[in-house]
Amino acid sequence: MRTSTQLSGITVGEVLGKSLPGIVTAVTDEWIEVGPDRVIETLQWLLNSDEFDAIQLSNLTAVDRHTHIEVVYHLQSLDLNHQLVVKTRTHGMDPAVVQSAYSVYKGALLQEREVYDLMGVRFEGHPDLRRLFLWDGFPGHPLRKDFLGMPGRITSGLEGFPFEDKDKPIRPINQENVEAGVAYVVTGETDESKTGTDLSEDRG
Amino acid sequence: MSENTRSATPMSRQIAEHHSLLDRTLALPRPILVMLSVLLVGFAMSQIAIGYLVISGQLDGKWYDIRDLGNAMISLDGVIQNSEMDSRIASTLAYLIPTLAGATGIVSIVGGWLLIGPWVERRLIAKFQIRQGPNRTGPFGLLQTLADALKLMQKEIIIPSGADRFLYFVPPVAVFIPAILGWAPIPWSPKMSYADLDVGVLFVIAISSLGVLAVFMAGWASNNHYSLLGAMRTIAMMISYEIPISVSLLAVVLLTGSTKLSEIVLWQSEHGVWLVMLIPFAALAFLFASTAEINRTPNDIGEAESEIVAGFYTEYSGMKAGLFMGVELANAILVGALMSTFFLGGYTMFGLETWIPGYLILATKIGLVYFLFVWIRATLPRFRLDQLMGFAWKFLIPVSIALMFLTAIESSILVRWDVPNFLSLGLIGLVNITSAAGLTFVWLRVLFRDTDLSTPPAPILTREMGGLQAAKVLRG
Amino acid sequence: MTTSTEPYILNIGPQHPSTHGVFRLRVVMDGEKIKDLDMIVGYLHRSMEKLAEERTFTQNIPFTDRADYLAAMTGNLGLAIAVERLAGVEVPERAEYLRVIFSELQRIASHAMANGTLISDAGAWQTPLLYMFREREKILDLFEMTCGARLTTNYMRIGGVAFDPPVEFWPALQELVDELPDRIDEYHELLVSNEVFLARTRGVGVISPEDAINASLTGPALRGSGIPWDLRKADPYSVYDRMEFDVVVGRSGDVYDRFMVRMSELYQSVKIIKQAMSQIPAGAHKTDIPLALRPDEGEIYSRIESPRGEIGFFLVSDGGPSPYRFHIRAPSLINLSLLHELGRDAALSDAIVTLGSLDIVVGEIDR
Repeated sequence: MRTSTQLSGITVGEVLGKSLPGIVTAVTDEWIEVGPDRVIETLQWLLNSDEFDAIQLSNLTAVDRHTHIEVVYHLQSLDLNHQLVVKTRTHGMDPAVVQSAYSVYKGALLQEREVYDLMGVRFEGHPDLRRLFLWDGFPGHPLRKDFLGMPGRITSGLEGFPFEDKDKPIRPINQENVEAGVAYVVTGETDESKTGTDLSEDRG
Repeated sequence: MSENTRSATPMSRQIAEHHSLLDRTLALPRPILVMLSVLLVGFAMSQIAIGYLVISGQLDGKWYDIRDLGNAMISLDGVIQNSEMDSRIASTLAYLIPTLAGATGIVSIVGGWLLIGPWVERRLIAKFQIRQGPNRTGPFGLLQTLADALKLMQKEIIIPSGADRFLYFVPPVAVFIPAILGWAPIPWSPKMSYADLDVGVLFVIAISSLGVLAVFMAGWASNNHYSLLGAMRTIAMMISYEIPISVSLLAVVLLTGSTKLSEIVLWQSEHGVWLVMLIPFAALAFLFASTAEINRTPNDIGEAESEIVAGFYTEYSGMKAGLFMGVELANAILVGALMSTFFLGGYTMFGLETWIPGYLILATKIGLVYFLFVWIRATLPRFRLDQLMGFAWKFLIPVSIALMFLTAIESSILVRWDVPNFLSLGLIGLVNITSAAGLTFVWLRVLFRDTDLSTPPAPILTREMGGLQAAKVLRG
Repeated sequence: MTTSTEPYILNIGPQHPSTHGVFRLRVVMDGEKIKDLDMIVGYLHRSMEKLAEERTFTQNIPFTDRADYLAAMTGNLGLAIAVERLAGVEVPERAEYLRVIFSELQRIASHAMANGTLISDAGAWQTPLLYMFREREKILDLFEMTCGARLTTNYMRIGGVAFDPPVEFWPALQELVDELPDRIDEYHELLVSNEVFLARTRGVGVISPEDAINASLTGPALRGSGIPWDLRKADPYSVYDRMEFDVVVGRSGDVYDRFMVRMSELYQSVKIIKQAMSQIPAGAHKTDIPLALRPDEGEIYSRIESPRGEIGFFLVSDGGPSPYRFHIRAPSLINLSLLHELGRDAALSDAIVTLGSLDIVVGEIDR
């Protein structure tokens, strides 16, 4: 009985950077990041590579990071029993465009529709991009952090739980707390020696 | 678990505490038990009295001989003839009274069955599905049908726009025409059949075709794709299965030498055999084709609830839909009566009809055939339309016709051959059974030579995980 | 004279006796064959993922009940495991065994329901479904005994399970586990060589292994096509690595294979429950965690094997009591990726049966 492993982003980024130089824009030990217009290339390469053999797309989802939207792909190999995580970020909130992974994985069909519906990310190359849960003409994209802003707040989130210890910090849910999540550094574009090694130490 | 602990879960407790019918009967209060036993003794004594009357022949032919209600009609006829009435009035009365009495009887049978039939069917299917059927409305749920009927009657009548005004209202009533007319030639006792036509069998076959018209009207007039689709499926099925019915009845007619239903029954009683034992394949073909005629499972693709809601009666609301659902039951007992008459000996029971009235025997047989229908409905899944049609045209019709030729040969031998019944009929029965079985096997082998009918292999059990490579290894 | 036919549009659902929940199919039909198939979902969309951002992790556990409402225990378990991996919470051993027992009980109940509804779709008037409901009723009674609810159990907690089962639970479980193999044999016999059932399900809705993997199918849909992939063995969570059981794999990827995979998994689940019952130690049933757990910043994608496939939870935490992003990877939605291709050029009855074999729960699709 083998236990499954999640491949280190550093390894993946190194190998990927050797064959497709400059494609990786950021790396941590959990995931690699590529540009939104090079998603198909990356996924196709990972699918065809013998070392990674990412034949199945486990999960395709998106996270709203206030200034951009981050689309996350969880890939796995069934024979080699490992997973890898690929991320990409849109160039802005409006319009948020990413290449569609449908040509590589058919399983992206409905998941990309869901991301389009709830987050507003357009996937270029998707054969049938329309809303999945909400009706045509629904104003806005609900899962975005600025949808239905509550009075005095910009985003969703609990500031603190009412029955917690009193000394737990109350988090301000407002513009100051905007960049929540892991911070990372964008590596250089074309210099081969620089790909895949820049691990950011400060998380947050 | 020791005896002192209660079963923990409600379900297992319910199962453990369930008492059998005998236990519950014996647990009734004492006065009721005493009354029941008195009634039982009284019943036994009355049976003995009747038995004495029957044996001594004092009962035969009297107007109060309830073993055959036709006796009363004949006595009435005699009374009218002997009275000093004007001959035209006399003949009119002599015709009118039995006709009205018979018609009332038939309509009350069908109507009465519509009152209690749904209850019976639902309780029976529930027993097959390990649950109880309706048991809340009224004692033992007997008023359930009434409640359903009242509910349906008070529903709003929704007529789809674009529906043909006349053709929309006719079908719910028109489907009942064959369901009631079909009872006419059926003999209930030697002198008791409403219209003992000389061409009774032809009449039966013609009646079964009337149902198709009503279905067609219903599907067309609803102005709805669902209904049209359902109606088309139903009509295709119904007219396809009329042929096996006709061929089976042809086999019956060949053997018995008459198309009169009462003579068919008498032939079975004289020869001391039921036609189901002589031509079993015809009987089974008749049974299966009849389920298609009356749209019951496994052949109810026209109203396949899980696929297209309700088929040809989708657009009917309230009591109109209720009538469509009710006619299925009325048709079911009609087919039961026909099946009993043709294949199960009708009202005869190897001599028992001198003791028990023939109509009670026939009613019991109808009940048994109906039970068979309900059993099939509760157990089998539905056939797909192309499977149904393939079965009718590729299997039932050719095999029925082939066996009917065989029956024709046998019947001509039977007429000329002077041997005791036991031998001739036994031989015919044997030949028929073996030829039917043999022909079925051979023909099915031919029909399905390309498809794999064996039980599929069991799935593979493994402990090694993997993707395409591992799958290749598993497949070997 | 040539005949020409005109295609027409048939709407199946959202209210329908056959579809599993509020699920709508828009079918363009040409006679009896389907030319185009489109599914419209969202009738049960309750914006769980957005609401979850306003609640603590423990308060989000009831959402998973209502997502996959026919497999609540595995949904709860998935979220509990995800948060435990994110926050580094240890689970006591007794709780792990209880989790395994209840997950497998839930698997039996869910597969019984899935197979029963498949046969009802094929037209068998609910009789086999009600037969399987006997055992499901007993299992739901066990759930009620332990956590108070039959369907939306809300039983798993971060760091263990909510309650220790009462004293009457173990004899009842023993009784159930003793009689289950015979009952499953009964259902097996009823159906495995029933010609009508075989005619309706063999060769229908075939999915090739490559298509299955590429379309992100998981669970019995994937295993029916011949791929031996089960997360309980490939990526063991809880104490599944101490259990001896087999994974059932089909041969040809048709409806019959998926049906048989679920049927045979019932035996395996019984085996697992028996082993868990014999190995379970005494001890605590959960660890103490803060009222509103604040995991470190980070993200995690953790997945377990629910009766429908791989149910995954993608959690992004920003150090606060509520998640920054809460996403459920719903197997039912993703297993429908091939529906369009499976439905094309099939008969309507076949499409319905194929949909039934993919075992969807609309609560999970819509969330």
